[in-house]
Amino acid sequence: MAWNFLGADYLLHLIIMIGIYVMVSASLNLMIGYTGMLNLGHVGFFGIGAYTSVLLTHPVYGLGLPFSVGLLGGAAMALLGGYFIGIPSLKLRGDYLAIATLGFGEIMRAVFKNWQSLTRGPLGIPAIPKATIFGYTLATKESMAMVVIVATLICLIVLWKIIHSPFGRTLKAIREDEIAAISLGKEVRRYKMTALCISACIAGIAGVFYAHYISFIDPTTFSFSESVIFVCMVILGGMGSFWGSVLGAIVIILLPQPLRFLGFHADIVGALRQILFAAILITMMLWKPQGLISEETITEEKETKEKAAESGTA
Amino acid sequence: MSLIAQVLANAIIAGGIYAVIAIGYSLIYSVLKFINFAHGEIVMIGAFIGWTVAVHWHQHLFIATLAAMICCGLLGFLIEKIVYKPFRKKNKLYVLLTAIALSFLLQGIAIVLFGAKVRTFSTGNIIKGHEVFGAVITTTQFIIITVSLIFVFMILLFIKKTKTGKAIRAVAENQDTAAAVGINVDRIISIIFILSSMLAAVSGILIGYEQNINPTMGTMIGIKAFTAAVVGGIGSVPGAFLGGYLIGFAENFGILFVPAGYKDAISFVILLIMLYVKPTGILGKKTEEEVRV
Repeated sequence: MAWNFLGADYLLHLIIMIGIYVMVSASLNLMIGYTGMLNLGHVGFFGIGAYTSVLLTHPVYGLGLPFSVGLLGGAAMALLGGYFIGIPSLKLRGDYLAIATLGFGEIMRAVFKNWQSLTRGPLGIPAIPKATIFGYTLATKESMAMVVIVATLICLIVLWKIIHSPFGRTLKAIREDEIAAISLGKEVRRYKMTALCISACIAGIAGVFYAHYISFIDPTTFSFSESVIFVCMVILGGMGSFWGSVLGAIVIILLPQPLRFLGFHADIVGALRQILFAAILITMMLWKPQGLISEETITEEKETKEKAAESGTA
Repeated sequence: MSLIAQVLANAIIAGGIYAVIAIGYSLIYSVLKFINFAHGEIVMIGAFIGWTVAVHWHQHLFIATLAAMICCGLLGFLIEKIVYKPFRKKNKLYVLLTAIALSFLLQGIAIVLFGAKVRTFSTGNIIKGHEVFGAVITTTQFIIITVSLIFVFMILLFIKKTKTGKAIRAVAENQDTAAAVGINVDRIISIIFILSSMLAAVSGILIGYEQNINPTMGTMIGIKAFTAAVVGGIGSVPGAFLGGYLIGFAENFGILFVPAGYKDAISFVILLIMLYVKPTGILGKKTEEEVRV
């Protein structure tokens, strides 16, 4: 039974999931890795994107609007969510920011669970329509995979541009030394807010694709443990490393896959997955906190340039 | 009137349990300056050890509580020595992430060991409640209120009056200075972990005794208790006590005004408001500069 999954369908499923999670981890990396803000409520934005789009597009439980409206709506609402959570939490630092974002994630989950007239609460929303692009319905996994890959690439290019712009360098400066950044006349709050909003927006887009691909959402999908898995991707890949967050998402999706085929009960598979992620996170923190692909820091770049210059003169 | 009295009773019960757990968070924060995220899982493990001894092995609840306290105390000691100690001089973000991972790990192990099923301490008999000022309170609930208060005051006295308590306060104030005057900082940190883990075990059993237990219970209880600790002023033990009751009251009186499903969200809304208005908490001693940017 389980081996049936090991066909092309299963492969496509993995590609789609990896695409979605790469968007999430790359966007979260902008916050954790580049700006130094630990966000433990990223799943909140993912969930806002998913629920908004579903409620806009669902023919029975929503408004029945086209997918493009859902995508834009989901992205916009997630961005707005980022803005609102930014107001109280961005003036906090370190672990205080972390718990504030965690609180936000949990509040969002409570809203998904309890605003039953809108979200159907714990029952979840089934039969979510397939995504459509330019009037073409993505009914097959092949077409969905292609669109997700394109969307992921677009998000990655946008993030790449942001990170390598003066704006991105300012974010890194804020991470390294906030007071120095302030003394250079940078409006730190505004930079942080922008990073948070971009990050939230991309997570929202990922949530939209997730909902329309899985075709069922309920509040348990957007629990705190999901946020921890997102953070795990960023840490494993390497905080502040662009390709690290891509690699992190791929590894975190692929690594627990064999557990499916061992024939355990679903609860146990979930628990083993959890133990696996926890073990990865603890191991990374103890021995390799910079992640699999560590960021080339500015000082290292400088050193290599200096070395190159020295060898050039010698 | 009787509705208000009943809600008041529930608030006191919940508040007592939150207070006991929140004190654990605050004690550890006061010395190591990080949120021991795995504390909620210690509560869960305490509840499960108690359940195993009391229900599975048919022992008296007193023995079960003692067993849970000893096991959790040991677990807390080992966690600090093995997992947290290497991080002492490192980035605080790392140790927070490690604590989250540890909480994940403990929860996963508990699911594998005990299964994801919900367990209960009760024997199935419905206990008749006593009427107090119009509220119906069972004997169990009386025990919960009393036990949580006893433990809270014991820990407050311990920190205020004993020599070890004084040393704890000294280490919280300044580790290097405390070490310079001959206080064994490592020993104090171990004592703090053992103490707070024992408190967690007690509260785990109190929760199990009143409601039911499952391997995922620790996360939500833990998050709410540290919300209580933050609201009261993290690092301050009386603050944690105050915050615990405040969250208990806010939750139970809050559901008179919002749908009961939002009960869990109430404490987080309070947390966000508190962090916005006064991030140091009600009785927090920390300066604003340490918290805010």
